[in-house]
Amino acid sequence: MALNFVYLAIITALASALLPILFFRSIVATKYISFVLLGISGLSGALGGGMALLGKVDISAELPIGLPWLPCHLHLDPLSGFFLFLVSLIGLVAAIYGPAYVREYQQGPQPLLPLTLFTGLFVAGMDMVMLADDAFSFMIAWELMSVSSYFLVAYQHQNETNRSSAFIYLLMAQIGGLFILLGYGVLAGFSGAFDFASMQAVELSPAWSSLAFVLALIGFGMKAGIVPLHVWLPQAHPVAPSHVSALMSGVMLKVAIYGFIRFVYDLLGNVYWQWGVIVLSIGCVSAILGVLYALMQHDLKRLLAYHSVENIGIIYMGLGLSMIFAGTNHPQLAALGLIAALYHCLNHALFKSLLFLSAGAILQQSHEHDLEKMGGLIKRMPVTAFCFLIGCISISALPPFNGFVSEWLTFQAALQGTILTNHILTALIPIAAAVLALTGALAAACFVKVYGVCFLGLPRSQNCAEATETAFGPQLSQILLAVLCLLFGIFPTWTVSQIDGIAQILLPTGMPTATAHGWLWLTPVSSDVASYGAPMVFLGIGVAWLLVWLWLHPRRKNTKIRTAPAWDCGFGSLNGRMQYTATSFTMPIRRIFRPVWSIEESYQQPEQQSPGGRYQLKVADWAWLKIYQPIGRLLLATARRAALIQGGNIRIYLVYSFFTLLFLLWVVSL
Amino acid sequence: MNGWILAIAQTILLLLCAPLMTGWVRWVKCKLQSRQGAPPWQPYRDLFKLFKKEVVLAESASPIFRVAPYIVFSATVLAGSIVPMVAIGLPTSAIADVIVLVGFFALGRFFLALAGMDVGTAFGGMGSSREMTIASLAEPAMLMGIFTMAMTVHSTNLASMTRYLLEQPLQLYPSFVFSAMGLLLVAVAETGRIPIDNPATHLELTMVHEAMILEYTGRHLALMEWGAMLKLMIYGILLGDLFLPWGIADNLAPVALLIGLVSVFLKLFLLGISLAIMETGLAKMRFFRTPQYLGLAFILCLLGMLSHVILEIN
Repeated sequence: MALNFVYLAIITALASALLPILFFRSIVATKYISFVLLGISGLSGALGGGMALLGKVDISAELPIGLPWLPCHLHLDPLSGFFLFLVSLIGLVAAIYGPAYVREYQQGPQPLLPLTLFTGLFVAGMDMVMLADDAFSFMIAWELMSVSSYFLVAYQHQNETNRSSAFIYLLMAQIGGLFILLGYGVLAGFSGAFDFASMQAVELSPAWSSLAFVLALIGFGMKAGIVPLHVWLPQAHPVAPSHVSALMSGVMLKVAIYGFIRFVYDLLGNVYWQWGVIVLSIGCVSAILGVLYALMQHDLKRLLAYHSVENIGIIYMGLGLSMIFAGTNHPQLAALGLIAALYHCLNHALFKSLLFLSAGAILQQSHEHDLEKMGGLIKRMPVTAFCFLIGCISISALPPFNGFVSEWLTFQAALQGTILTNHILTALIPIAAAVLALTGALAAACFVKVYGVCFLGLPRSQNCAEATETAFGPQLSQILLAVLCLLFGIFPTWTVSQIDGIAQILLPTGMPTATAHGWLWLTPVSSDVASYGAPMVFLGIGVAWLLVWLWLHPRRKNTKIRTAPAWDCGFGSLNGRMQYTATSFTMPIRRIFRPVWSIEESYQQPEQQSPGGRYQLKVADWAWLKIYQPIGRLLLATARRAALIQGGNIRIYLVYSFFTLLFLLWVVSL
Repeated sequence: MNGWILAIAQTILLLLCAPLMTGWVRWVKCKLQSRQGAPPWQPYRDLFKLFKKEVVLAESASPIFRVAPYIVFSATVLAGSIVPMVAIGLPTSAIADVIVLVGFFALGRFFLALAGMDVGTAFGGMGSSREMTIASLAEPAMLMGIFTMAMTVHSTNLASMTRYLLEQPLQLYPSFVFSAMGLLLVAVAETGRIPIDNPATHLELTMVHEAMILEYTGRHLALMEWGAMLKLMIYGILLGDLFLPWGIADNLAPVALLIGLVSVFLKLFLLGISLAIMETGLAKMRFFRTPQYLGLAFILCLLGMLSHVILEIN
């Protein structure tokens, strides 16, 4: 039953890509056919995935397509069900959001058809990755996802930067794909077959197993955007249309996490704790650098893209802790780390999609993507402002919203590090927890900046002063995600007990104590060690608020509210340019963590004695400057050397052919 | 059921006593500086006056500005309700552990900082920017200190932590000494006291907390001020629970509760005096010196953790 829903999801996603081609003359038909089918695909995929997760199903199937000797193996279990649910849920939301959003492109220079075609293929590709049960169909689905998302990034190709971003994205996606392929190659070489079942069965030596792990780490990490493999992410995500950005940032990165978990926990099986140390360190570095780079961005969507790097880092921290515990024979704690990571996958998908959709609404309504030109939007776009606020609170890991729960679980996993006998690890794991704390606090600072500069205060440009609320579809999709952020925040026990099903199949045991004290209390280790009653917290804040309000309300008659202009220190009225900007807000942090960025500051004096002048700040990514640019230069130089043999003279080419012929004859005669 | 009633009574007590704590610190400070000083109950008069006054809203203020005082206050009250003040073993302490407590303060701070940016004056933005910078450095230090404690007592639940410490024979853990010093520094920074922030200043170069609430009037200002007083009190109780747990009631018998009540007042009384002495002796630090101050706090907590791992595990 669950599998049939997933088939339906894939077929409708493909149909949403292909059917509009028949109606390419009519924009309206293209738009509605595509988005309605995409919505059905999302709904049925979410149903199928949810049923697989809740019902703990374990279905395998074979389809007689593909290579002659290798039919397409499919498999649906709680792990793939969980990620399928994420992909489809965000797909559904994007389908609700899309029709109103693409209205902007209808008058634009590019036709709508490529957008709908590749969005459908992209979603179908992600769905198929979840179902694949052999390396061959996995890679086909993976590449379908990568390549179709390339076309989505390059959709507005009139813009020079969009083309180069898309190219870098494609390049890195292909290199990443190559590493994944090699990783599967190691497994297939020993098992002699491409299907996952025989890959699971084979026992690898530690060296080969570690090699496969490293290949998978690089390959999937390239797609997930771990530092320093993240450089494509802040370039590619912002330039895609916003609902596609939500899909890419919210769920495509999760597909990479899915692949990584499937590869390491399921296919390799025997996890070594040293791998966990590597993953944990990568997670820490990604989290902290992601948030620090995000703080310095002024382009809203680019900022959100850097936050994806941060959140992927947090997910990797959970996975790393889980691997350390799994490798040292503490399966219950390993389950705790894994559940924290998976819960954060869910949360990040929800709030990051929400933030990207809201950012898209702002972009569409105000045509501004630069934070320095926004301001005061809460009065112009109240619904978007409210939803964006919930997204900000969730991503900043504040109780009682969902982001807090998964970070809290990660903290709890880290605190159990004392159980390890290796004392160096015991000392290092709390430092990782401190990094997580710093990340969370900086993320809060970053989202105070974003919300304060974008929605509060006075407008900094005419466009923002005149913006209007977005259409019904985008509003509905944002509200839906905001409600989910709250629900997954205040009912963590239910969610954790469902995700526990995944831990039970990947690890020897699940986490039985998490919900032992009823649905009110989340007790990951035991109720004595730590407990979090999220519904009580929500209720407590509500009750406290209500009491204060009830106490104050009868007195309101005497203390009326009067509005007056804000105090301007006697210098004449305030205007938008007097406010703190995004740059000035982050100035203290920029000064404290100075070496983290490559910063170019310049100040130009005004010509006369008039006040003002011109201040410019350029913040660049060290990874790009110190790793990628040298590699690029080296490649170009090598290519130029190699081009020397291309003389352009036909006689030289004939000489080449002659010597090649001689060489081949010699080879044959051996 | 008794437990719940006690928990509510304890929260109300905390609410009512918080202004007294602030007034006490101010009064001692005045005496130390040879000033006459307002009596310790002056904050009650101030709050009472503010609740009676009309509210003046800036024209550019958004709903966030009006909602923020309520959220800041409720989050702080909730934080107060989970900290064991008079007795351990109350049912509220299971709602949240000490990491959630940090989360409550972060929630309050988030809305405080947003409120600062709401009206669109330069002061508000400046205060928010500074507050979030300080907080982002203080939070890791604080959690590091708490983790050190948690590793010793195998729990992050405040009540279990205090109970474990009470049951131990009196001995000096090196890790506790370091983390006590670190957490003390953090507590000073988080409650906005000298040398990080000066609660008595309205000078634009030095304001942090005051800059954010500059536009508030009437009952909104009263809630913000009361929230800040509560926060000071909660940090005081927290330090008491973790490092001087003696006296707190471990059962709900009336005598034990009475002892608990007296002991917590005594601890806060002494803590108030030491805070006043510290504030009199120190000058406010330049804002860009705060990373060094909080870095020191972090290093102290880190040393505490390392000494725990090296010296105390078996």
